[in-house]
Amino acid sequence: MERRTIFGHRLLPVALVAPQFLLTLVFFLWPACEAVWTSLTRQDPFGLHSQFAGFDNFVELFTDSLYRDSIGRTVFFMIAVSALSMSSALLLAVFADREIRGRMTYRTLLIWPYAIAPAMAAVLWILLLQPRIGLIGVLLNRHGVSWDYHLNDRQAMLVVVLACAWKQVSYNFIFFLAGLQSVPRSVLEAARMDGARGWHRFRTITFPLLAPTTFFLIVVNLVYAAFDTFGTIQALTQGGPGKATETLMVKVYRDGVVNLDIGSSSAQSVVLMIGVIALTALQFRFLGRGGRRESAA
Amino acid sequence: MAMLELIGLRKNFGTTEVLRQIDLSLASGEMLVIVGASGCGKSTLLRIVAGLETPSAGRILLEERDITSVDPSARDIAMVFQNYALYPHMTVFENMAYGLRIRGLSREDIAHRVDETAALLGLSEFLGRKPRQLSGGQRQRVAMGRAIVREPRLFLFDEPLSNLDATLRVRTRAEIRRLQRRLGVTSLYVTHDQVEAMTLGDRLLVLHQGRPAQLATPMEVFEHPADTYVAGFIGAPAMNFLPATLIEAGTAAKLEAGPLVHFIDGKRDGSDGKTLTIGVRPEHIRIDPEGVPLRIDLIEPLGSETLIHGRLAAPGETPLVIRLAGKAPEGDILTVAFPPEQMHVFDAATGRRLP
Ligand SMILES: Nc1ncnc2c1ncn2[C@@H]1O[C@H](COP(=O)(O)OP(=O)(O)OP(=O)(O)O)[C@@H](O)[C@H]1O
Ligand SMILES: [Mg+2]
Repeated sequence: MERRTIFGHRLLPVALVAPQFLLTLVFFLWPACEAVWTSLTRQDPFGLHSQFAGFDNFVELFTDSLYRDSIGRTVFFMIAVSALSMSSALLLAVFADREIRGRMTYRTLLIWPYAIAPAMAAVLWILLLQPRIGLIGVLLNRHGVSWDYHLNDRQAMLVVVLACAWKQVSYNFIFFLAGLQSVPRSVLEAARMDGARGWHRFRTITFPLLAPTTFFLIVVNLVYAAFDTFGTIQALTQGGPGKATETLMVKVYRDGVVNLDIGSSSAQSVVLMIGVIALTALQFRFLGRGGRRESAA
Repeated sequence: MAMLELIGLRKNFGTTEVLRQIDLSLASGEMLVIVGASGCGKSTLLRIVAGLETPSAGRILLEERDITSVDPSARDIAMVFQNYALYPHMTVFENMAYGLRIRGLSREDIAHRVDETAALLGLSEFLGRKPRQLSGGQRQRVAMGRAIVREPRLFLFDEPLSNLDATLRVRTRAEIRRLQRRLGVTSLYVTHDQVEAMTLGDRLLVLHQGRPAQLATPMEVFEHPADTYVAGFIGAPAMNFLPATLIEAGTAAKLEAGPLVHFIDGKRDGSDGKTLTIGVRPEHIRIDPEGVPLRIDLIEPLGSETLIHGRLAAPGETPLVIRLAGKAPEGDILTVAFPPEQMHVFDAATGRRLP
């Protein structure tokens, strides 16, 4: 196809791209470069002196058992959030795809959580699950379940997974619903006439036809769970109790901002950055640039 | 024995009546073609028989068993969809085997039956392909194969040939007829194609606005259309209609265009002066020097024959289409005559045929 120039001269396109480019430069590229640089240095806790340290920070990181624990925890967290969020979203989408009364209201309500800020989402969950003031928390304790996610590691992980998965349900729901609606009706009818009923029909026809959507969502959810959940976790448990909910993202913050180990924290950021780049490349590779999402991390 | 019986079937979508009172009975092995204009309810009727829509009233009997409220998955009816509706993620083999697997047939039985059906339809070399790797005609055959392989009690076809090109359509039409004869499966076939309607069916049901306008053999429908709608719908180019009045104690018609025609097949009921519609097919109009003058608007040469469009130069200026063998005659004016033995007489008020 012939390429056509829409803009008469060169200045206009440059002027149009400039603001976005500047923002990216100042808020993304510059800090990223800075992180790469500091990851190669060692600084004293007061930030007064720094000296070049080569790859020491990285070597230390991967020999640190705490870091390896955090990787394991993060992988578990990513899988748990993605699985929970996607399966609930699929279930809800299947119901929303049916011819039911009040379908539009139901769909609209399901999209709301996506519009809520992470901190607000966390507050909602605190109001539900906090052991002394939360609706469910109080109920649990009254009925003999000793519930306190500030003390119990497993309960803390459960709460964080729940809250983070819940926030992503809307997003998954919209995609699954769109996917379900693009399954041709006549194909499902043909399956019905071939004798396939309910669950069998879903498993053999609908679900395989949803595969592209599912694959796209798996990537998006893993990225979300790894990089986009910091706000929610920080507001709920701050990574605690102990290190029970300390994902890699939380660890970067704790080590750098709280414990002022800037070198190590930067090295962790760089590792995460490579992770994001790898996942994004994967996403582009398999889904094309059409399957986009506002950049994570 | 009646294989399929529809009793007093009706269907409303909200306040729109789509089907009003369909009664129908199919003998075992019979192929019934349902034909009608777009939107007359053909697909709806088929989908009700399939179980994909529920009727607002009426009953469906399959081999004398009431299946009105039986789920489509338990009806043992196969359907060929207009867009084929193949399972896009499965190979041709899996598409055909799907229904058999659900019925719990053994692996060998399935392979045997699918191979046999594929051979019958010339699909053997495509068994490993996905639908998107097939041409339109091949997909159509897979859709047929998927229906045939199940050996259902009833076949439903919803315009299965409408997405094929003209040549392929003619070939597949003949193939469907041969297959249906050979397998002896009772079939309902929906189309809006004249030729399919005439050639495929043992009987023809003409639907008009959700009502059966006529149910008879194709030749019967062609030769004795029950009303002006059927007369105009079946046959291409469409039948010409001429206004007339009944005279001479019901033994003749006086055409508005002038001529007086005596009925050769007996007298019609009704008093003299009753208004009539006389139907004459384009191929039955003769050129006759004694006849009525016709002003020619348009000549369409079709090779072996010619279509002439014109208007009668008589009161009413009735438009007329004539089909002549051979070339068109010279001149702007023709004189035409209406042979009495090829006339269809309808009541102008009701549109019904006067026998
Ligand atoms: N689900 C529905 N809801 C409301 N109206 C419907 C529905 N399905 C069909 N109709 C209406 O019923 C009428 C008959 O539809 P149907 O599909 O049976 O027509 P058809 O004879 O098959 O036409 P075509 O030859 O174009 O396929 C149409 O007027 C259509 O608008
Ligand atoms: Mg239709």
